[in-house]
Amino acid sequence: MGNPNKAKAESGIMRWVDDRFPATQMWQDHLSKYYAPKNFNFWYFFGSLALLVLVNQILTGIWLTMSFNPSAEGAFASVEYIMRDVEWGWLIRYMHTTGASAFFVVVYLHMFRGLLYGSYRAPRELVWIFGMTIYLALMAEAFMGYLLPWGQMSYWGAQVIISLFSAIPAIGPDLAQWVRGDFLISGITLNRFFALHVVALPIVILALVVLHIIALHEVGSNNPDGIDIKQKKDETGKPLDGIPFHPYYTVKDLFGVAVFLFVFCVVVFYFPEGGGYFIEKPNFEPANPLKTPDHIAPVWYFTPFYAILRAITFSLFGLDAKFLGVMFMGAAIAVLFVLPWLDRSPVRSMRYKGWISKVMLALFAISFVILGVLGVLPATEGRTILAQVCTAIYFAFFLLMPIYTRLEKTKPVPERVTG
Amino acid sequence: MKKQLFALLFALVPCTAMAAGGASVPYSMEPDLQDQASLQNGMKLYVNYCMGCHSLEYQRFARAAHDLGMPQDLVEENLIFSSDLAYNDQLHIAMDSGDAEGWFGAPPPDLTLEARLRGTDWIYSYLLSFYKDPSRPTGVNNAVFDLVAMPNVLEPLQGVQEKVCAETDRPVEGAELDPLTGKYQSCETLQVTQPGEMEPDEFEEAVYDLTNFLAYVGEPSKLQAQTLAPKVLIFIFIFGVIAYLLKREYWRDIH
Amino acid sequence: MADNGVNKGRRRFLVGATTVVGGVGAVGVAVPFVASWQPSARARAAGAPVQADVSKLEAGQRMTVEWRGRPVWIIRRTSEMIERTTGIEASRLADPESEVPQQPAYVSGPLRSVRDEIGVLIGICTHLGCSPLFRPEPDAEGVGTEDWPGGFFCPCHGSRFDLAGRVFRNVPAPTNLEVPPYRFESDDIIVVGEDEETA
Repeated sequence: MGNPNKAKAESGIMRWVDDRFPATQMWQDHLSKYYAPKNFNFWYFFGSLALLVLVNQILTGIWLTMSFNPSAEGAFASVEYIMRDVEWGWLIRYMHTTGASAFFVVVYLHMFRGLLYGSYRAPRELVWIFGMTIYLALMAEAFMGYLLPWGQMSYWGAQVIISLFSAIPAIGPDLAQWVRGDFLISGITLNRFFALHVVALPIVILALVVLHIIALHEVGSNNPDGIDIKQKKDETGKPLDGIPFHPYYTVKDLFGVAVFLFVFCVVVFYFPEGGGYFIEKPNFEPANPLKTPDHIAPVWYFTPFYAILRAITFSLFGLDAKFLGVMFMGAAIAVLFVLPWLDRSPVRSMRYKGWISKVMLALFAISFVILGVLGVLPATEGRTILAQVCTAIYFAFFLLMPIYTRLEKTKPVPERVTG
Repeated sequence: MKKQLFALLFALVPCTAMAAGGASVPYSMEPDLQDQASLQNGMKLYVNYCMGCHSLEYQRFARAAHDLGMPQDLVEENLIFSSDLAYNDQLHIAMDSGDAEGWFGAPPPDLTLEARLRGTDWIYSYLLSFYKDPSRPTGVNNAVFDLVAMPNVLEPLQGVQEKVCAETDRPVEGAELDPLTGKYQSCETLQVTQPGEMEPDEFEEAVYDLTNFLAYVGEPSKLQAQTLAPKVLIFIFIFGVIAYLLKREYWRDIH
Repeated sequence: MADNGVNKGRRRFLVGATTVVGGVGAVGVAVPFVASWQPSARARAAGAPVQADVSKLEAGQRMTVEWRGRPVWIIRRTSEMIERTTGIEASRLADPESEVPQQPAYVSGPLRSVRDEIGVLIGICTHLGCSPLFRPEPDAEGVGTEDWPGGFFCPCHGSRFDLAGRVFRNVPAPTNLEVPPYRFESDDIIVVGEDEETA
């Protein structure tokens, strides 16, 4: 019965299932016979951790919707209702708010791993592009979720970001109004953001995660040496440097999960506000369209791009600073998508690239962090100049990549993976 | 509107314009949620002196009674004054916010989340920093919140505090430390000139209790979180150790 | 990769230990999620005991208070009503001794109340949840029986109860009307929803 080419259990209930659904085949394809390079290091924990955080967000999110009231009149009070009146509501909410920040922490580290070891290079371009699309969807998800508590920062943060659309020439103001569904951010906006946050975007993100993993398992995982383990196989066709994901990486990731959960719980139980970065102080005051908080800063994971937006204080080619800022911010994200075609180095991993690549990556990472810090701080003249320098480095890292990766001298790549 | 927003985006309004009142926060306090006597006293002060105008919209009497270790009948007798309020109700106020706006210029804000919004240091300093100022409609001003609309409701306890030129232990902005006495000389020093029911030390203690209570009200779950956290962390640690041993055991296969 | 040299016992033990501890952890994580479905403080506040003042309740009359979204009837029975109710032949009733636990332990006897003259009942028919009509007058019309001692008649499916909420035989309702927990705070104040203090 069924497809004879699929792996099947010998007998029993699993055999019955396998004749109707490729359970054993899928188990083998993705876990027990998915051969991953044996030299994964610390950086390779963050993929599975991102999956864990996603599950956390979905579960706690579903539970939060059970008590949340997506209306301008009721949203703020319903969050406090969850925090006080619903049993364990405070824990579920803090798991969700901390989870949002944790998601970006692990995703940023996961992306950096990709930059470090060239995981975006052929044949993994689609893995990278799906991943970047997840990142984009995640930013939209986080932004819309931040409006829901309907605090001052929710309101004014959304006000500023939605106003970015109005920078687009000609259609901008109408577009911003269309997104809001009102002449100002109102309960109407809140309601549609709620629908997108709890239904539409989670579906998109889940689908993209499936695509990301299918694409990865089609081409196989990269590794810190950036070499192809499928080149060297034993007589049975198993890669010599590959080990089955299960049990070796499942047990390894289990340990990673424990470490992550420890840190996560310390934040959830002791520092749920994350020093004012995970839950910003003005958000303890209900949204008031007539009173702007003294200092508006986006949540920390958006600040690098926010800093780029603010760094553009000059007009260029007849385009005003406002529109240019939005363009630069958009370009800063868009350029990540074409990364696979910018890197022309003969090697994948930073281990064997030349010194220019190493310096550029270091500068890029430092600039990104500096931009992130600047994005939270009020702008001053000095800071704006610093932000402009960092923005220049950010773009130089990508746009000069085709040149410096070809020019530099690379080290010879080993035949087999190293420790 | 949008233009202004963008001005905000780029010019960054915030810069230095600090919170209403602007001045720095001179005193600090460390909340102690384990100190039930302090929290109970704080709640008593709150319902007696603050609740005339400031509600705690999200805090229930019953929850406070449970968390602060007070029996129901005691709470009902001593802390619930309005016949409209029941034991399970939140600390609502009877005052209409429209009326209040007429009387004070702005409706007195709800204080449930005040400690999380402004911080406990601010509340503590604010309550200690009222001083006599005949030019104000209420007869008082506040060193932490300039041109404050709220009268000094704690005056019967504190007495009348005035700005005087005197030596003080606390650092004063713009004043230099006298190296001999270790004190600051300032004409911005706040001093009680007509004593109230309490000595200054007692009053500081009372304000501490009140602030402590507001810290509790801001996040009642914190008590629960602090009890649960060590258990959860120890459990995860044990799980981590076992998971590590398991990983090491399996990875013996790999060379 | 080969299986040689593997300490199978140790491996099995560690797999077991991880599974057990992980399972305990999963259950622990589930606890807040499951517990959060309990009635919240708001629901509990709304379902808190209610007080009823019976000082103005005239003999033979009924008043209704709401407790947890359900009507609670308080009736002041006249001595004549009490006689009529206690005088009903047991064979006409489905559960004359109130053996089915439809009442707190401290209410007993044919009148199913703490005090004979005050009856407290949840006004929801035990058949399908309609609210029966109050027909206290003997031999009332339209209650589907000739010999009516006064009681409650459910218009939905014709169930009949006496003035103590006991269900008659041969009607759809299976059990007596429910008696909520209640106590007398004073002579005239009844607290519905709180058990009698067991001092």
